[in-house]
Amino acid sequence: MAAPRLFRPAARLLSSRLSSAPLRPAFSQPACAPSLLRFRGYATETGPKEVTVRDALNEALAEELESNQKTFILGEEVAQYNGAYKVTRGLLDRFGPKRVIDTPITEAGFCGIAVGAALAGLHPICEFMTFNFAMQAIDQIINSAAKTHYMSGGIQPCNITFRGPNGFAAGVAAQHSQDYSAWYGSIPGLKVVAPWSSEDAKGLLKAAIRDPNPVVVLENELLYGQAFPMSEAAQKDDFVLPIGKAKIERPGKDLTIVSLSRCVGQSLTAAAQLKQKYGVEAEVINLRSVKPLDVETIIQSLKKTGRIMCVESGFPMFGVSSEILALSMEYGFDYLTAPAVRVTGAEVPTPYALGLEQMSFPQEDTIVSQAAKLLRL
Amino acid sequence: MAMQYPASRRFMAHVSNIEAIPTEDDKPFTVPIPDDSFETYQLDPPPYSVETTKRQLKQVYQDMTTIRRLELTADKLYKERKVRGFCHLSTGQEAVAVGIEHAITPDDKLITAYRAHGFTLMRGGTVRSILGELLGRRDGIGHGKGGSVHMYRKNFFGGNGIVGANVPLGAGIAFAQQYGETQKVTVNLYGDGAANQGQVHETYNLAKLWELPVLFGCENNKYGMGTSVERASAMTEYYKHGYYIPGLRINAMDVLAVMSAVRYGKQYILSGRGPLLYEFQTYRFAGHSVSDPGTAYRTKEEVQAERANDPIINYREKLIDWGVFTEDEAKAMDKDVRAFVDREAQEAENMPAPETSLDVLFEDTYVRGSEPPQRRGRTVDESYYRG
Repeated sequence: MAAPRLFRPAARLLSSRLSSAPLRPAFSQPACAPSLLRFRGYATETGPKEVTVRDALNEALAEELESNQKTFILGEEVAQYNGAYKVTRGLLDRFGPKRVIDTPITEAGFCGIAVGAALAGLHPICEFMTFNFAMQAIDQIINSAAKTHYMSGGIQPCNITFRGPNGFAAGVAAQHSQDYSAWYGSIPGLKVVAPWSSEDAKGLLKAAIRDPNPVVVLENELLYGQAFPMSEAAQKDDFVLPIGKAKIERPGKDLTIVSLSRCVGQSLTAAAQLKQKYGVEAEVINLRSVKPLDVETIIQSLKKTGRIMCVESGFPMFGVSSEILALSMEYGFDYLTAPAVRVTGAEVPTPYALGLEQMSFPQEDTIVSQAAKLLRL
Repeated sequence: MAMQYPASRRFMAHVSNIEAIPTEDDKPFTVPIPDDSFETYQLDPPPYSVETTKRQLKQVYQDMTTIRRLELTADKLYKERKVRGFCHLSTGQEAVAVGIEHAITPDDKLITAYRAHGFTLMRGGTVRSILGELLGRRDGIGHGKGGSVHMYRKNFFGGNGIVGANVPLGAGIAFAQQYGETQKVTVNLYGDGAANQGQVHETYNLAKLWELPVLFGCENNKYGMGTSVERASAMTEYYKHGYYIPGLRINAMDVLAVMSAVRYGKQYILSGRGPLLYEFQTYRFAGHSVSDPGTAYRTKEEVQAERANDPIINYREKLIDWGVFTEDEAKAMDKDVRAFVDREAQEAENMPAPETSLDVLFEDTYVRGSEPPQRRGRTVDESYYRG
């Protein structure tokens, strides 16, 4: 029943103490125009088009295969089948079997071969049908790819990109739903990106392929079919995003929500609801890059808002949000006006049944209610 | 089956003396190899002779002796507590590293597991840079970042510490050779212990499927750490493990047999017939690592019998018999090698340790110019900011 007081999270203590307080307009009305308007302005000026994440990734792959002969892609069903999720659609026809290579279902073997090819100077793109299967090969990613440059005293680089869908997918239960952001994000020598929008997907994947280090690109299956506006600049073949820079998707002054991958979209919806319900302006930061982490953008925002909440779908213990909360304390303690909080996946192997599955991952109302608590609304 | 022979009875076939040794150092001639040097699997045997020169034969002797001295020096430094952590010695196995290097070119590529000192030397690493690395020095081959297991050179991909994991890497290196359409091969080495790893068998499959120019080389020194091959493998004929890949078992206590086999293998692979699986039968005189006396799992008699089959001593006798050099010349070479390695060891000991600064600690985690701006140290205060 009632846990000892000491073990209750500080935020809950606060909110339970104040739970009877009436809703009050703690925050003034926003001074800036709603972000939606700004997007629209930007959009019409530069002639964007709606592009799905899948097509953005496909475009990035095609452009990099086109411009760099050292680049090739290998993985299960990437060629003749056109990709298990159709991300590699058409690439075999365009670039031929030398550069778009189907592998048998042997992750340790083909991932190791990809790493070896990178050590020998090629720039492989190693697709995992999902990152759940990359656990079969994680030794190659970490011990062989991430650490070799350091161990060799800097003479043996490894320019490789590992990519595939990561994290939550719908109704596939525990073995196919895990989020590995924290696993890879903890490894020195790796870079890790997690795109949300189509621009993210294209710009980060191209940056990953061009980066001379091993880079893990954590995509999300549920985003593949989602369309986002893509600016004219992003439609060009020289478009890349810097790895290690977050993007403020929605500016705000009352609360900082830090999120990544699919949870960015949920956080933006939640932010709109917070605005509508409470008149609160939440700033939503899309991390884009898990490693390196853009500490500066996070802390600058925290300094402005005084409150921080992290939203992600990984397991809660030792996760991305654990790290961000720790950083907020190390670098932003004096600016915090409330304890930092996190909304994460639940500490449970993902269940199959819909209702239980929903309880295992952040939903928009989870984010809204947790934010309201944090803001004592 | 050769595996079951006592060491002293293995590979004792008579080698006929060769007719005329040229007087010139660089004039090619042919030396014979005993006719029990090879056992084949779906493969014609390599020639039972090697074309070579006096210069090369002497160089082979010098290389093997240098590795032996290097390893003995490493052992001594370890016992003086100057080497930290791992130190796996290849005494007894010198003919593998030397025989392979004399059968390939510097442009061919090679990768091995953790018993890598000899291979590092043969791939162009200097004695001082290897010993310097063991001592954790700034001018060691990996600037003191890798230690005994992790040494790299051009066309030498380590020195790898995870048993079996280097085998897919080696196939990947061969993949790059095939992709770049180079007429080169990769020699992909691992031990009898690694031969049972799942990913090694995945790699056999992919290498054959894609006809990669890779020469798998299982260095069978009879023990994976302290577990004998009979206690680890359901089938100890490792040259038959890649059952759709032709194989060859080689008496790898004979450096000339290794040379002949690898030369032949390289030609076979370059002719487009796909990978080969070689089993180099050898023996490690020392324990698994310097912390293992190597006595708990094998008898003194066994080690003594194997030591009687020392690849360096046997080869030396052969060269003297053939008149390639005299006993006195051999002794002079031994002395020179010993003096050289001692000097190099002294140089290594004189090298400074890496500066204990954040700059040195964090350097080369990422390729220069692409590093993240900030890396965290033990505390916030020790965080490292680039530039």
